[in-house]
Amino acid sequence: MEELIIEPGRGERNYWRDLWRYRELFYILAWRDILIRYKQTVIGAAWALIRPMVTMLVFTFLRKVGHFSSHKVPETIFVFAAVLPWQFFSSALSDASNSLLTNSNLISKTYFPRLLIPASSVATSLVDFTICLGFLGILMATNGFMPGPQLLALPFLIILTFALSTGAGLWLAALNVEYRDFRYIVPFIVQFGLFVSPIAISSSDIPTSWRWLYNVNPMVGIIDGFRWSICAGIPPIAPSTFLTSVAISILLLVSGVAYFRKMERGFADVI
Amino acid sequence: MSNWILKVENLGKRYTIRSAKTERYTALRDVIARKARSFFNRTDAEKPPADSEHFWALEGVSFEVKRGEIMGVVGRNGAGKSTLLKLLSRITEPTRGRIHVRGKVASLLEVGTGFHPELTGRENIFLNGAILGMSRAEIRSKFDEIVQFAEVEQFVDTPVKRYSSGMYVRLAFAVAAHLEPDILIIDEVLAVGDAAFQRRCLGKIDAVSRSGRTVLFVSHQMASVQALCSSAILLSHGKLLKHGPTQSIIRDYLTLSNGKAAQSVEFRDRATDLSSTLLTSLSIEDADGKAEIFTSSRLKITIGYSGANRLSDYNLLIAIYDLGNAGIYAFRTSTSKSLPDNLPPSGTLVCITDRINITPGRCYINIALQKCGANLDHIPHAAEFDVEPDPEVDPGSIPSRDWVLVALNHSWSFEPAP
Repeated sequence: MEELIIEPGRGERNYWRDLWRYRELFYILAWRDILIRYKQTVIGAAWALIRPMVTMLVFTFLRKVGHFSSHKVPETIFVFAAVLPWQFFSSALSDASNSLLTNSNLISKTYFPRLLIPASSVATSLVDFTICLGFLGILMATNGFMPGPQLLALPFLIILTFALSTGAGLWLAALNVEYRDFRYIVPFIVQFGLFVSPIAISSSDIPTSWRWLYNVNPMVGIIDGFRWSICAGIPPIAPSTFLTSVAISILLLVSGVAYFRKMERGFADVI
Repeated sequence: MSNWILKVENLGKRYTIRSAKTERYTALRDVIARKARSFFNRTDAEKPPADSEHFWALEGVSFEVKRGEIMGVVGRNGAGKSTLLKLLSRITEPTRGRIHVRGKVASLLEVGTGFHPELTGRENIFLNGAILGMSRAEIRSKFDEIVQFAEVEQFVDTPVKRYSSGMYVRLAFAVAAHLEPDILIIDEVLAVGDAAFQRRCLGKIDAVSRSGRTVLFVSHQMASVQALCSSAILLSHGKLLKHGPTQSIIRDYLTLSNGKAAQSVEFRDRATDLSSTLLTSLSIEDADGKAEIFTSSRLKITIGYSGANRLSDYNLLIAIYDLGNAGIYAFRTSTSKSLPDNLPPSGTLVCITDRINITPGRCYINIALQKCGANLDHIPHAAEFDVEPDPEVDPGSIPSRDWVLVALNHSWSFEPAP
């Protein structure tokens, strides 16, 4: 008979094993969130498309008016390729950061590795992302636009976005439990991020002298990467931009998990 | 290997009490403001929190639970029961001490935790099962059984927000009860649901323990604790007062929670039906005028009654019980030769007993008035009294209430073998 010992600080040792043991809960939490999100809506999953589509239409219009260069790529595809990762990142970030508070009854009443809650929120956003990816396919087909071999890099870029969203989401989720001010900070981050990411514009529109500051935003490298991978024919992105994104994403993920783990033990007492 | 399945050693949990001025949670602006203040005002730099700001919700608790045992956890509100369960189910970590668990623990801490109102019964069974640690395959194999136990067959595809509270509780209990953990922790679930379902829950808990699994049962309903548990622990102010047989724990709990015994009561404000006769007052005292009742006391029980007509063919009953509901004595007027056959419409009846010989502890009294064998009035648990150990007798020589209800004077002698 297996013996479990509970004592101060002991949680650490069983954590990763428990995480694996509770993997079913991860699927079910994600499945629940998806089910609930569209359960009482009239058009259901179409909501996943409406926000990015409207963003795309507005930005496409702005670009037409401002005569930006989109390197002979259809304007809608050029914009949507950037809206796609941004939408995923922003919705994953807001959902994950609120996830602990919305599930506070579970946290104060049952035991399971808390990491599952924000992780399943990010996974839920991934479902919406997949729907949008399908829409991009349709958009490309109707425009008769052929992607190049760079498209093979897309899965890697998606994993990178997932890592960044999870890392930032874990930080904000844990901070949100401790300091409720973060409820107001997250929407601000998302709104501000839209302006400092190359969604309506492309990174090449930024003056070179400001590029270093612009690149601090880890979404810049990711969005540029998506655009490069989807829109065949645009110039490749600078490796330094991309590597900065990779480095920041990994750093956020590792530190996010560590911080979350540190705070997690007290969640049930604080929430 | 000893046969415990759960062993708790010197368990303690400390909470920090936040002062009333601050919010329940911290706001970043408060932290920044505090840091800024202490920066400008070095003398008032943050002191380490004084010990008075800490509160031990649980302290130095140790006990063992055997396999297949149903153990009750009783205590007043704030005694530390919920904290203990939270520690056992790993929701929060202990500050001190250690818990050894041999096997899987599942807790039913509050009904419907993890139920989502928008989801259907079917979806919630899977969700709740997963939260409690079941795999989908396990849930699927038990699905029909769960639905049947909860009696929600027709509503399994209806969102649970349309369920009645009874259906809700039944479904939640059914999922947890079919989980088959090694240790099932149940907190106050039976407070809801109708009597028939409560009975079935008790039956299910009993079946769970007979199949070799262990149950920890927390309830304020002493009747359920008594019916289910073979042993119990009593918590008070975070400390373990006692671990023993259920009867004696319940008695101590009731003594603890009732405060001073009510030895003299008046029954006013009761619907007065003038055609009938009702009991109006009850007092219990030492027949020899002592301030307290001792094991060696004779009791004087005075009962007032009042009505419109003279009483004939009457019978007044007095029954004395231990708090564990064991009957000790019963007295009635129908066997008395000293009372008239026929009593005035209102008055007082006095009963004087011999030495009671009841072991020290609390007792309660039921009284009833009958006419021609039918109850005119019946007051269960009408009053309580404490029996104190005789001051002139060595306390060690009186057996404990946990063991026997009465102590009798006796003498011994020795007869040599012929």
